[in-house]
Amino acid sequence: MTGLIAVLVVLAAATAFGLWRKRSNGRFKQTHITSDSSTDNGPEFPALTADQLGEALGQRATLVEFTSAFCAPCRATRRVLDRVAADVAGVAVIEVDAETELDLTRELGILRTPTVLILDSVGTIHHRAAGEPRYADVVAALGAVIPDIADSHS
Amino acid sequence: MPTRSTDPSKPTAAKPSTNTAARVRGARQVDPRGPRFGAVITTVVLALILVLGPESGIALALLAIQTLVFAAGAVLGLGAQPYGWVFRRFVRPRLGPPAELEDQAPPRFAQAVGLAFALVGALGLLTGISAVFYVAIGAALAAAFLNAAFNICLGCEMYLIGKRLGLGKKVLTA
Repeated sequence: MTGLIAVLVVLAAATAFGLWRKRSNGRFKQTHITSDSSTDNGPEFPALTADQLGEALGQRATLVEFTSAFCAPCRATRRVLDRVAADVAGVAVIEVDAETELDLTRELGILRTPTVLILDSVGTIHHRAAGEPRYADVVAALGAVIPDIADSHS
Repeated sequence: MPTRSTDPSKPTAAKPSTNTAARVRGARQVDPRGPRFGAVITTVVLALILVLGPESGIALALLAIQTLVFAAGAVLGLGAQPYGWVFRRFVRPRLGPPAELEDQAPPRFAQAVGLAFALVGALGLLTGISAVFYVAIGAALAAAFLNAAFNICLGCEMYLIGKRLGLGKKVLTA
């Protein structure tokens, strides 16, 4: 009887977690609030530099993907980001290995891979998504960084 | 100390990688539906073991089999994992080709995590500490079910969290 209850509890909890994960997976959340909407003296919004990332930032925006060794959706995510970068001018993609950049991973509170950050031209982090994002969601989130994205999106 | 440019025995391109991702990249590719199929069987087996309970001889036998299955997948690779063999032999011929292949490293690592939980569960069973048995097998069941139903690799996510906590400088990666 204990076993049956254990199985039911585990399956119910795992189902709840799975459904929540399915809903939040790859969804971009805004991490940057523009100065006119924030009146408090809250935390500074983090920015990343080309030095930290090991590669030059994109001219208008940068898509940063944190990857790790045991990550099945990381490759598919890279393909999505590469497609966006090919379609939107001035966008660069930088891949960061979460294990070799553990300090950065901890500093940004990254818990799983892939995690995608969207940076503006000076490296400020605007959006963030954990899990494989959809192409349209990347483009939509990029709109906050590149206001005229509709014109530059070919 | 020889400088890098004058030491012909150490070409820069052959610099050994300290990065696990690079080390396992290029590893064998697998049909992702194989590990998923295996996770379904694993889920059923682990649920049966829990329902039968730590007093049951059948549970002990099933746990022994499941532990060996995990060990085969983790140590020898997914090609030697019995559920994967069943998939390739009987299921895959009835399906179309996979949309894409994936690296075998993540599902193989998941087998190693499953093995760890199965061993702890077996220890609980053999020592008569039921709580250890229920918690370990329950955790393995949760991971297998999440993989089967939602394609979530819990072990893979634990890997990064473990790294962040500074655990295991040398984790099973090969």
